[in-house]
Amino acid sequence: MTTQAQVHSAEHVHRDDLGARLGMWLFLFTELILFGGMFLVYSVYRFSHPQEFHIAAKELNTIVGTFNTMILLTSSLTMVLSIAAIQRDNKKLSIFFQFLTILLAVFFMVNKFFEWSVKFHHGIYPGSETLLNEKSGDILFFGLYYVMTGLHGLHVLVGIVIIAVMMRFTSKGIVTHDNYIKLENTGLYWHLVDIIWIFLFPLFYLIT
Amino acid sequence: MNEKNVQSEQSEHSHGFGIYILVWLGLLALTGLTVAAAGLDIGRFTVATALIIASAKAYLVLTIFMHLRSESKTFKIFVIVALFFLAISFILLFADYSF
Repeated sequence: MTTQAQVHSAEHVHRDDLGARLGMWLFLFTELILFGGMFLVYSVYRFSHPQEFHIAAKELNTIVGTFNTMILLTSSLTMVLSIAAIQRDNKKLSIFFQFLTILLAVFFMVNKFFEWSVKFHHGIYPGSETLLNEKSGDILFFGLYYVMTGLHGLHVLVGIVIIAVMMRFTSKGIVTHDNYIKLENTGLYWHLVDIIWIFLFPLFYLIT
Repeated sequence: MNEKNVQSEQSEHSHGFGIYILVWLGLLALTGLTVAAAGLDIGRFTVATALIIASAKAYLVLTIFMHLRSESKTFKIFVIVALFFLAISFILLFADYSF
């Protein structure tokens, strides 16, 4: 009890890194259920419209998809390296890696922008006349494609903002080599976004 | 020595840069593999292959990048329980759907 009281005394700012990480994981589980629900819908419709999903997926550009997968995997590497750098008390290197992560995330979104633009140009977007004249399997495939990659893209955008805040925290000395839980939780979020893409990529781009 | 103590109090997540780069290379290799495997004509095994490779990639990210390997048992149990419930929803759904 005494030791507990000492920890909470005015001289010590209460800190619970383990609790913070556990809280982050609990949040990630809600994300898992959010995307998991969509994967459930995907699997049902793919099961009921296998041939149409198969053909509709040919519209997607596998090369762009593969390239984006590699970009996101690399951004996960730079994210974890920024944590390794701050653990070694190398502030500049950590900020550099965080910057690289943002850069790669922006690249990912730029690719996504061009990918969607081409689709829109071909008249393939939710509720478009071209799409509504197709079979219901095609409508479902592209509906799911836009919702799932769209929600994933939204997560990437949010990630960019959070990592930018972390860059500022690191340079201001709020994130330091002996207090980097904020950066670590940002990393956890970023890797989850990566894992979701790891499953989205083969299920949408590689079923031709 | 003192610094090491502080480090281990916070967490024991200090891996070398090397293992991260190794895992990253592994992830890129698996991506290449899944793209190559999609080109093969193996019928209904295509989905299974893609999902197995994706799971292997997710496992690498979870254990190394997300430091689950060096977390306490509580974290591992939490993740397993979460995945278990996701699996239940898939299994029950398809138990209903495929018959």
